[in-house]
Amino acid sequence: MALIEVRDLGVQFQTGDGLVYAVNGINFALDRGQTLGIVGESGSGKSQSVLAMMGLLARNGHASGHALYAGEDLLTMKPAQLNRIRGNRVAMIFQDPMTSLNPYLTVERQMTEVLQFHKGMDRRAARARSVELLDAVKIPDAARRIGTYPHEFSGGMRQRVMIAMALLCEPEVLIADEPTTALDVTVQAQILSLLRDLQRDFGTAIVLITHDLGVVAGLCDQVVVLYGGRVMEQGSASDIFYHASHPYTVGLLGAVPRLNQDDASLVAIPGAPPNMARLPKGCPFSERCNLADAHCVDTMPVLGPSSHRAGVLRACHRSAQQVADNHLAELSSA
Amino acid sequence: MLLNNRRDSLVRSLGDTLDTVVAGRSPWADARARFFRNKAAVVSLCLLAIIVLVCLVGPYMLPHAFDSADWDAMSLPPTLKNAHFFGTDESGRDLLVRSLIGGRVSLMVGMLATLSSVALGIAWGATAGFIGGRVDTFMMRVVDMMYAVPYLLIAILMVTILGRAFYLVVITITVFSWMDMARVVRGQTLSLRSKEFIEAARAMGVPTRRIIFQHIVPNLLGVVVVYTTVTVPGVILTESVLSFLGLGIQEPMTSWGVLIHDGTTVMEISPWMLLFPAAFLSITLYCFNYIGDGLRDALDPKDR
Repeated sequence: MALIEVRDLGVQFQTGDGLVYAVNGINFALDRGQTLGIVGESGSGKSQSVLAMMGLLARNGHASGHALYAGEDLLTMKPAQLNRIRGNRVAMIFQDPMTSLNPYLTVERQMTEVLQFHKGMDRRAARARSVELLDAVKIPDAARRIGTYPHEFSGGMRQRVMIAMALLCEPEVLIADEPTTALDVTVQAQILSLLRDLQRDFGTAIVLITHDLGVVAGLCDQVVVLYGGRVMEQGSASDIFYHASHPYTVGLLGAVPRLNQDDASLVAIPGAPPNMARLPKGCPFSERCNLADAHCVDTMPVLGPSSHRAGVLRACHRSAQQVADNHLAELSSA
Repeated sequence: MLLNNRRDSLVRSLGDTLDTVVAGRSPWADARARFFRNKAAVVSLCLLAIIVLVCLVGPYMLPHAFDSADWDAMSLPPTLKNAHFFGTDESGRDLLVRSLIGGRVSLMVGMLATLSSVALGIAWGATAGFIGGRVDTFMMRVVDMMYAVPYLLIAILMVTILGRAFYLVVITITVFSWMDMARVVRGQTLSLRSKEFIEAARAMGVPTRRIIFQHIVPNLLGVVVVYTTVTVPGVILTESVLSFLGLGIQEPMTSWGVLIHDGTTVMEISPWMLLFPAAFLSITLYCFNYIGDGLRDALDPKDR
């Protein structure tokens, strides 16, 4: 049995415009020490799908489907039971380290609280353990710094504190919601290599949400590509990167700037992400896809196994071969 | 070479300064520094401290008791004779001692009633704001209802049924003065609830009650402290009103409200009976207001 298994996860929001389907039918399974990347543009439902797993949806949100951790469904669990798992067995790192720490509590207070609550440690043992972890995430002079307030740390340092805090109870699953988005590039690299080391040392399974494909390539075993709240393509990282078979994935990869190109112009996918309240009837990407025809606009493609590579799931009416041919034709015409 | 050395030592000394700055400076320490730069607030704080100290120690230093009559000196204006510095009332009781004893009672009522009403207001407002939904609606309607209840009527009823007592005054004032705090705290909690660090705390599995009291309340303290300094004078004033109407403190025990009440009846023949207690009361109230102002500026420097 997989450590964490998500089946047909959906998120709906009750809004003034009616029910909005933010996420539809996500499936994945993750084992110890593995990393899953969830990739997509802003508003594609990446964050909402993991917030749903953690029971952190906004008041008007509702999660459907199942998110099984060790065979138990996180979505239907009672709050008290969920609180024993959150932060303890399944922990989360947030996007913006500047706002994710309580400004009026010392780092020590915020870290020891977690250990006191989940592990029943006394304050001194909890402090010692917290210092150990701050050391592990390479915060210099951790024993002294732990007594300071969040505003006395830089952004990168705060994200380290967040990671240390998430790892306090040695969780089996770590959910990282764009952990490097708010940081500058050099710090990003440090944080990512830190995550990789920690995964090696602790054997943590990581769910990494990002829109940075470079991060995915460096860290992930499996990739889920989301668009308009639906899975477009899903498979092993190497399959997705080297044999992308969905027009959206191809577009995303094409939009990554490359240093070895003389031409400085940036490639973009034409158009804008869809309005989630008024999704097209058919494929959500059909509006921006140059392979789309009337059939694509009318009928939702079903996510299913692809013939071009075993283990890859894709949701597209065009065959992988057609997408590849089209991509080559575009490259040669450009 | 020389230049290099100089630069190195500069860098090192800069590093040292940064090190000292880095050592655990809480948001509170910053606020404290800003508060002590505010002259009016610091003067008020000192003045208030003096008043409190004099009220506590003064009665022991004076030769008179607050409830014993000096038969040689009735309705005496302020004089050095027999050490009646503030004069005496019509029964020959020393006004200075009575003002100080009355100050103890007034400040005590002010402190107790403020503490309990602030505690009640924080708990009520933070709970309503954090849980939200129907619970919030219900709890805030209770607050609205409390506003609608005429407190003097209830005070008169309580005194009629239970008699005049110190604790009744405190309870009555508490019951009718926590609602403002509850509203302010609820508003702040609503905006704090959606902050990322609260979400992060929930993601760490911290239960709701702990989030409210460990994570929300410390963030409220700035507002609470400022609002408390506004509540204290209100409470002291309410006590004066109740005592003025004969619903509060019982003779021979006294409070500033009682003394002012007694003073008004004789203000044409012995004005000092009104002036001294009134001066004590108004100076104290001014002090609290200036301290409140200073705290607000110190805790929320952007708001100026």
